[in-house]
Amino acid sequence: MKRKPRGAFLFLTPSVLLLLIFFIVPIILTICFAFTNMALTGSAARNLQFIGFQNFTNMFQDPDFRISVWRTLVFLIFSAVIGQVVLGFILALLMKEKNITFRRIIGIIVIAGWVTPEIVVAFCMVAFFSDNGTLNQIIGWFGISPVSWLFSFPMVSVIIANIWHGTAFSMMVYQSALDEIPKDIEEAATIDGASSFKTLSYITIPMVKGSIVTNMMLVTLQTLGVFTLIYTMTGGGPGTATQTLPVFMYNQAFVNYQFGYGTAISLVLLVIGIVASLFYMKSMKVKV
Amino acid sequence: MVKHRLQRNIQYGILVVLGLCFLLPLFWILLASFDTNAQQGIKFPNFTLDNFSAVLGDSGNLRSFGVGIILSGGQATLVVLASVLAAYPLSRYEMRFKKSFLLSILFMTALPITAVMVPVFQMFLFFKLQNSIFATMLFLTSSSLPYGIWMMKSFMDSVPIDLEEAAWIDGASVWGGLRRIVAPLMLPGIATIAIFTFSGSWGNFFVPYILLQTPEKLPASVTIYQFFGSHGMVEYGRLAAFSLLYTMPSVVLYMFSQRYMSKGFSMGGATKG
Repeated sequence: MKRKPRGAFLFLTPSVLLLLIFFIVPIILTICFAFTNMALTGSAARNLQFIGFQNFTNMFQDPDFRISVWRTLVFLIFSAVIGQVVLGFILALLMKEKNITFRRIIGIIVIAGWVTPEIVVAFCMVAFFSDNGTLNQIIGWFGISPVSWLFSFPMVSVIIANIWHGTAFSMMVYQSALDEIPKDIEEAATIDGASSFKTLSYITIPMVKGSIVTNMMLVTLQTLGVFTLIYTMTGGGPGTATQTLPVFMYNQAFVNYQFGYGTAISLVLLVIGIVASLFYMKSMKVKV
Repeated sequence: MVKHRLQRNIQYGILVVLGLCFLLPLFWILLASFDTNAQQGIKFPNFTLDNFSAVLGDSGNLRSFGVGIILSGGQATLVVLASVLAAYPLSRYEMRFKKSFLLSILFMTALPITAVMVPVFQMFLFFKLQNSIFATMLFLTSSSLPYGIWMMKSFMDSVPIDLEEAAWIDGASVWGGLRRIVAPLMLPGIATIAIFTFSGSWGNFFVPYILLQTPEKLPASVTIYQFFGSHGMVEYGRLAAFSLLYTMPSVVLYMFSQRYMSKGFSMGGATKG
């Protein structure tokens, strides 16, 4: 006895309305505003105009824009792909078949960094990397003189902070993927004389390939949108040293009040996000 | 065998080192929160609760926690309500646009919300909604709605339709079936989604930072930043205590969600997708 929908689709109304107002409309607005000279102050504030591709021509000629695209890439590759995805996998792999109490303790420590809100992570990390911070204390034991990490290596600092915050997610994804591999397959390979490296590269990794790809896309998408961590740790500085695209967008729109230009930058972010998101869905092979 | 044991010990060694690296920044904040003279480096304090009483004695801090609870609690409630409703027809009926709707929802779960903040701010400006906690809550609700709907639909798929059909025969309406049969069976799923939404928004700094202005309306996430972002002299001990208190709800809720999650998983296939 299957009932006819008979109005049950109306249950969708609140969600559809909310998504329309706060998701679809902003995306459409992004596309429209990106082609205007919208600003909060100055002559453009009174005189809103459609300016075609002007924002984009300016953007691609703007060295600050080009360098922030570059910084975004560096941030993505080192903190998302290499950092979280690879470190998460290594952690999950090493923790496999270890003492349960030991596993749990390491797990809790790593997950604690993930559960901690971004703003607190930023605060912890600013203290950790500061001139009198923990890191300089530790290298001091080895006779190395202190380094102004946030000043001399700002990009490294924010990358490490993001790895510290995000790795647990990948670790948990890989842990459950690794747990699903039937034990006897790996054992058979070992009995047949395969080295652990060979077992890893010919059996274990291929079997969890799906989770690796999906997780990598998801982590990349999350990292693409990271604003809070960088903004609160370094403000995009010193100078523009850690100005990734989201921070650049914020500075143009909310500090310089160039909304048109800021929106053009968000459009670039959005397009990158859309492409990555499509890849992500493809990697999931969803059935609906 | 000797080689094997050596390998295992090396693995344990690497894990210990990695664990220590992850532990250090946290350890600092723990120690600093109990130390009124805390500095940026790790040092063992003369344990005192002064920092905590100072933070909790400040009405501004308490209000920021209150605002955070209202904002995140309201959002979590709205997300649960809207997504239970939306998931029902998506899970139970064949509809023409179902497939494309679900794909769009999945697509939206992955989009970085950062990218739409500029136009959203302009919308708020245009409708004079900036500095409205309720409007901010609505925006936050929609930003986590795609994830909520997607999860809720998977949870609902695992509730057998037979039970509902039995209720219909007994004369229950569609609405009655949803409310009395489906929703109670989905409690673990609902709790998981509510907890995830609440924690996500509790830790959200960017959205309230952009959309709210007056200090009285700022949630704890933004208040913390104002402490360590703009003051020349930072009182590390107090800030650490504030951060710890602010982190607690996320930790506690995470532990709760673990319990519910395992129940949710045991419902079978509930988290596929």
